[in-house]
Amino acid sequence: MFSRKKYILLSKVAIHALSLFFLVKLYYQAIHDQLGADPVEAVIHFTGIGAFNLLLLTLCISPLANSLKQGWLLQLRRLLGLYSFTYACFHLANFIIFDLQFAWWLFVDEVIKRPYITIGMLAFLFLFSLSITSVNEIRRKMGKNWQKLHNVSYVILLLVAVHFYWSVKSEIIEPSIYFLVSIVLLILRKNKIKRWLSFSGRK
Amino acid sequence: MLIKAPKSSDIKESEVTAEDVFLNRRSLLKGMGFVGASALLTTTHIANAGWFSKEEKAAFKTTALEYQPATDVDSQILTPENKVISHNNFYEFGTGKSDPLENAQGFNVKPWQLTISGECEKPMTLDYDELFKHFPLEERIYRLRCVETWSMVIPWLGFPLAKLLRQVKPNSKAKYVAFETLHDPQQMPGQSSRRVGGGIDYPYVEGLRIDEAMNPLTLLSVGLYGKTLPAQNGAPIRLVVPWKYGFKSIKSIVSIKLVEKMPPTTWNMLAPREYGFYANVNPDVAHPRWSQASERRITSGGLFARNRIDTLPFNGYGEQVAQLYQGMNLRTNF
Repeated sequence: MFSRKKYILLSKVAIHALSLFFLVKLYYQAIHDQLGADPVEAVIHFTGIGAFNLLLLTLCISPLANSLKQGWLLQLRRLLGLYSFTYACFHLANFIIFDLQFAWWLFVDEVIKRPYITIGMLAFLFLFSLSITSVNEIRRKMGKNWQKLHNVSYVILLLVAVHFYWSVKSEIIEPSIYFLVSIVLLILRKNKIKRWLSFSGRK
Repeated sequence: MLIKAPKSSDIKESEVTAEDVFLNRRSLLKGMGFVGASALLTTTHIANAGWFSKEEKAAFKTTALEYQPATDVDSQILTPENKVISHNNFYEFGTGKSDPLENAQGFNVKPWQLTISGECEKPMTLDYDELFKHFPLEERIYRLRCVETWSMVIPWLGFPLAKLLRQVKPNSKAKYVAFETLHDPQQMPGQSSRRVGGGIDYPYVEGLRIDEAMNPLTLLSVGLYGKTLPAQNGAPIRLVVPWKYGFKSIKSIVSIKLVEKMPPTTWNMLAPREYGFYANVNPDVAHPRWSQASERRITSGGLFARNRIDTLPFNGYGEQVAQLYQGMNLRTNF
């Protein structure tokens, strides 16, 4: 019992430390012009991929916990999900602040006209809704609806995978690998997703 | 030859210029600290790019060139040399912006042969040394606007393509000019691996209409910042067409061919809806996946450089080239 608590604590410390370390390093280098010729592109890409990686990690937790019979791993899921959202916030903020430089009309224009930005924005809003409902009190108040809402994470995963794939010019191999990994994570949950889909269908 | 560059486009550009850059180019560069005495010597570009500490890889050699300096002292802030040579789209050496710097250092450009052939009376071949000696070299400070919406200001060295074309005497069938990059998968990892090369069918090919090719702005460049071109910038010879998106400015050219029909061009073949043959810089015609109305000018300064500026029609060179497209619908001929 004692060792399990220690595992959780250590893992959480590691997640905090790593996630924050990479962010601090990123912005330190970007501000000091040490991230290649175009630091703006660099921070956008890094935080975008970072958010995607963290989302994949989050969704690896429950299959891992099941197959390894290590239930305590589930205790890490919310933290990873919240860091995925944190990186997504930085990703969006980078786009608005450093790339568009507060050209709001352009932002609105791009979100409406460009499918890959539209679905990226949609994924962000879904992530946002999951994050604000991750507080224990809200979770308790939502009852069964909480799980229904949080199954949206599978939709987010697909949206993010397409967002990445559509954003590149021709170098599609990396986004394709991400897409495949995403599909595998969804296949691992096929029964649950089927139930979820038929449930919401009946409604 | 002096450049007859009208000033009107330059004036608009001054919106992005701080007062203190109305100096001549050399003192500006010194002030920025990028060119010291070493600029006239052979340099190693890996050493210039501070964030690349890959050790002990023999760097691509560049040498100082003699040239006629640009006469129009430009009011634009030049993109620092270390950024010009470390931020490259040259998929033959990888799709990441810094991949070419990393992967092209061993690129062997000697010997080199550039053949000019096709619909002309006097086809010719230039070898490596002739590229730098056949015509006097001039400096041209041009804006380069990438289709990905970033831009640079680069002091190129080279000669007008028109001079070369006049020498081979195009015949009446010569309606277009087709360009081809070296095909050498041994040297260019992107050509031997689809993963590295971004799924492009190599060799890279580009094309211009003959009147575009003959325009005085169209440059065959053999150098930048006073020296021969670094490998990652398209050594030993590349095209520079400043009013078109950067992908038209084909690198490491081995063949220039005068042809009768519009030649195929690489990005157009890859995604015809996204990249046209003309590819003139046009803020009013969006790329299907992003707006082209504005751009980010890459200069010195990190994340907080406020560098978003409006994109100008023909990249600000309308006065020199707009007449080439009179009566054409630039929306359909994008």
